[in-house]
Amino acid sequence: MEEKKDTLIELKHIKKVFEDGVTLIEDLSLEIKKGEFVTLLGPSGCGKTTILRMIGGFEKPTSGELLLNGKDISALPPNERPINTVFQKYALFPHLNVYDNIAFGLKLKGMDKKTQDEKVKKVLEMVDLEGFEKRSISTLSGGQQQRIAIARAIVNEPEVLLLDESLSALDYKMRKEMQIELKEMHRKLGITFIFVTHDQEEALTMSDKVVVMSDGDIQQVGTPEDIYNEPANLFVADFIGASNIFKGKMVGEKQVEFGGAVFTCVDDYAVDTVIDAVVRPEDVEIVKLGSGQEKEEVSDGEGRMTGGWQLDGEVLACDFKGIFYVTAVKTDRAEIEVHNLKSFKAGDRVGLAIAPDSIHIIPYDTSINHYEGVLESYHAGLGFLIRFEDFVLDHVAPQRIFAGAVEKPEDTIGRDELFDANGQMIEWEGRKVIASYKPEDAVLSDDAKAGFVAGEIFNFIFMDDHYRYRVRSESEEDYIVNDVYLWNRGDHVSVNVPLEKFVFEAADVQ
Amino acid sequence: MKYAFSRKQLAIPYAIFLVLFVILPLLVVLSYAFTNGDGQVSFHNFVAFFGSAKTMGTLLYSVVIAVITTVLCLLIAYPTAYILAKTRMKSGDALLMLFVLPMWINFTLRITALKEILTVLEGNLALHPFLNTIVGMVYDFLPFMILPLYNALAKLDDSYMEAAQDLGASKRYVFLRVILPLSVPGIVSGVTMVLLPSMTNYVVLDMVYNSTYIMGSLIGSYFSSYDWHNGSVISIILLVIIGIITVISNRFTEGESSGKVSVLR
Repeated sequence: MEEKKDTLIELKHIKKVFEDGVTLIEDLSLEIKKGEFVTLLGPSGCGKTTILRMIGGFEKPTSGELLLNGKDISALPPNERPINTVFQKYALFPHLNVYDNIAFGLKLKGMDKKTQDEKVKKVLEMVDLEGFEKRSISTLSGGQQQRIAIARAIVNEPEVLLLDESLSALDYKMRKEMQIELKEMHRKLGITFIFVTHDQEEALTMSDKVVVMSDGDIQQVGTPEDIYNEPANLFVADFIGASNIFKGKMVGEKQVEFGGAVFTCVDDYAVDTVIDAVVRPEDVEIVKLGSGQEKEEVSDGEGRMTGGWQLDGEVLACDFKGIFYVTAVKTDRAEIEVHNLKSFKAGDRVGLAIAPDSIHIIPYDTSINHYEGVLESYHAGLGFLIRFEDFVLDHVAPQRIFAGAVEKPEDTIGRDELFDANGQMIEWEGRKVIASYKPEDAVLSDDAKAGFVAGEIFNFIFMDDHYRYRVRSESEEDYIVNDVYLWNRGDHVSVNVPLEKFVFEAADVQ
Repeated sequence: MKYAFSRKQLAIPYAIFLVLFVILPLLVVLSYAFTNGDGQVSFHNFVAFFGSAKTMGTLLYSVVIAVITTVLCLLIAYPTAYILAKTRMKSGDALLMLFVLPMWINFTLRITALKEILTVLEGNLALHPFLNTIVGMVYDFLPFMILPLYNALAKLDDSYMEAAQDLGASKRYVFLRVILPLSVPGIVSGVTMVLLPSMTNYVVLDMVYNSTYIMGSLIGSYFSSYDWHNGSVISIILLVIIGIITVISNRFTEGESSGKVSVLR
C-alpha cells in the first residue's frame, strides 16, 4: 500500500532554544512526503506546536535546516511560504465578513474580482456553507467558523496545509464529523496536511502517518496501525490507547515471564533479557478457571493460540463503557485491565489468557540511569568522593571502582595513594566514572534532602504492580525510579538510592 | 428566595442622584440658554453667538487647538501603546505605569512644572503662545490617549497578525488591514477622551500666558461676570458637538468591528 512519494518537507537536526534559555527541542529530524496526512501527536509541551509553527514560519529554529522541496526555507517569512494554516482558535478577522476573510489571500495575490468570486464560491461549496459570503463572523457557530477557517486557508491552494489543534474547540459529535470531512478534503485536494493534536484517537483515525512526540523528541513515526500494534517504547505504548505494561524477562525461546506466569510470544530475544511486555486490554481474554497448572492451548484456526488458561485473578470492578465492558482483574502480582463484551461481578474468580501475538515485547533500555562524574578526592579509610553534575557521592570504597585496588599496608588513614593488584599506583585524580543504578533500587521521597538528587516528576507510567517515574532535575537530567506509591506530575521529590546499590565503572585514562 | 429590597428600591439612590446632579442642572442650563435677562423665551443668545466674529473665532481657535492636540497625541500614543502592548518585556507593565503615572499627579502641579521647563528652554513664554499651548495640551492629555489604545492593542490576539501573514500579507499590509482596523475602538475612545476636554481646558492657556480665548475660557468669563445666559449657550453648543462626535464614532466602531463597542470603555 505504501507508494513511492517525493519528499516535500524535511526537518534536519532542528534545535529550538527559547529566549529564556529553555531548550525545547534538542535535535529533531523528520521527513514529510508529498500528499501525506501527517499528524504530530503528543502531550502538551512536547514541542509539536512549535514544529508546526516552524513549518508555518512563525517560529525560527535555533539551528538546523528546514527544507521545502529541497530548499532551505527557515529564513523565509510566513507570507513567502506556499503554506497556509488553520489556527487553533481560527483567527478569523472579526472586522471582515466571510467573503473578505476568504478572499484576503486572493486579493494579496492581485487576483481579479471575478476569479476571486468564483474561488470563494467554490471553496464555500466545499465546506458546505454556500451563500454565506455576506455573513459577519460573529454570527457563525463554532463549527461554521472552523469551516470558514479551513476555506480561507485552502482557497490559496497551498502546497501544505497546517492544522493546529484545529478540532479541539468543537464538541464531540462535531469533531467526529469534521474528522471525516477533513479526511475527505485531503483526498480531494491531494495536498499535504500536517495536523497537530493531543488526541490519540483523532490521530489514529485521520492520519497516513503519525509522529508521536514527547519532551521535544520524536518517539515513533509510523502508520496508525504500527503505532498502535508495535509501540517503539513504553511512552508510546502508554500514550496511545490503553495498555497493560508488565516488567518481565525472557526465559526461553519465545518464552517470556511476566505477571507471575510464563507466556509464549512471537518476539525472540536472548534468554534472561529484561523486557517490558505490553498487552492491550482488548487482547486479554477472560476464560474459565483452569483445574491445573499446565496450560492448555487451543488454536482458533487462524494460527492464533488462544483460550489457554494462564493467570487467575479476582474481578475488582466492571464498568460499562457503551460498546464494551472495562474489567479490572487483580492477580496476585498485578492489576490487569480487560476490555470485552461480557459483564462480570466484583469478586468473581476468573482465568486470564493472552495469545502469543498479543504480547508486544520491548527490550528494557539498559542505558538509563547512567551518570558521568569525576573522581574528586580519595582518602584511605574514607573512600572516594565523586562529583556529578547534579549530586555528589561520598565514601565510595575504591574496590568498587578499581577492582582489586589496595591501600598500601603502611599507609595511614588519610593518605590519598592507591595501588592496583600489581602494586602499580592508580592515577585516579580527575578520572571520569560512570555511576548507574536500577530503577527498582530507588525510592522517592517528598523530602528534598532525603535522596541523592532532587527534581520534579516529569511523567510516569503505571506498570503491573508499580509506577515508573521519570524525575527531572534542574539541570534537565532524568532519573528513572520504580515506586509502588502514586505521585503526581510536577511533584517535587528526591530520589533515594542506597550507596551500595550503585554500580561504578571507571573510564580509561586518556 | 425573598430579598429585603426589590431591585426597584435599590435603584432609588441612583435615581435621586441622577435627577439632582444630571437632569436638573441640564434643565437649568437649557432654560438659561433659551431665555433672556427678562425671563422670556428667546433664541437671541444663539443668534448672538453665531453672529459674532469674536465668539466664532474662539470656537474655531478651540477646534484647531483640539484637533492638533488630538492628532499629535494619537501619533505619539499609537506607537507607544503598540510597543508596550506587544513587547514580551517583563518591564512592559512598569513602563505603562510610568506613562500613566502623570494622571495621578495634580494637574496644576504638572502644568506648572511644564511651564518652568518651557521657560528654561524658551526664555519668554509669551513669544510662542500657540506652540506652548499645544505642548501643554499634548503633555496633559497623552496618558488619556495611551491607555485606551494600549487596552485595545493588548487585547488583540497575535493569531490575527499571524493569520494575515500566513495568507501572504507583508508587515505593512498586516498593520493597515488588520491591526489598524481592529484597534479602531481604542482610537475612537482615545480621541473622545482628548478632543473634547482639550477644547475647554483653558488652564493650560492661562499657564503659558496665551491670552486667546478658547471655549472653556469663554464660559469662565461669562460665568464670572454672572452672565448665565451666554455661558449656558456655550455649554449647550459643546454638548451638541460631543453628541454629534459620539454618534459618528459609534457608527464608525459598529461598522468596523463585530458586536457592540461603547465609546467610553
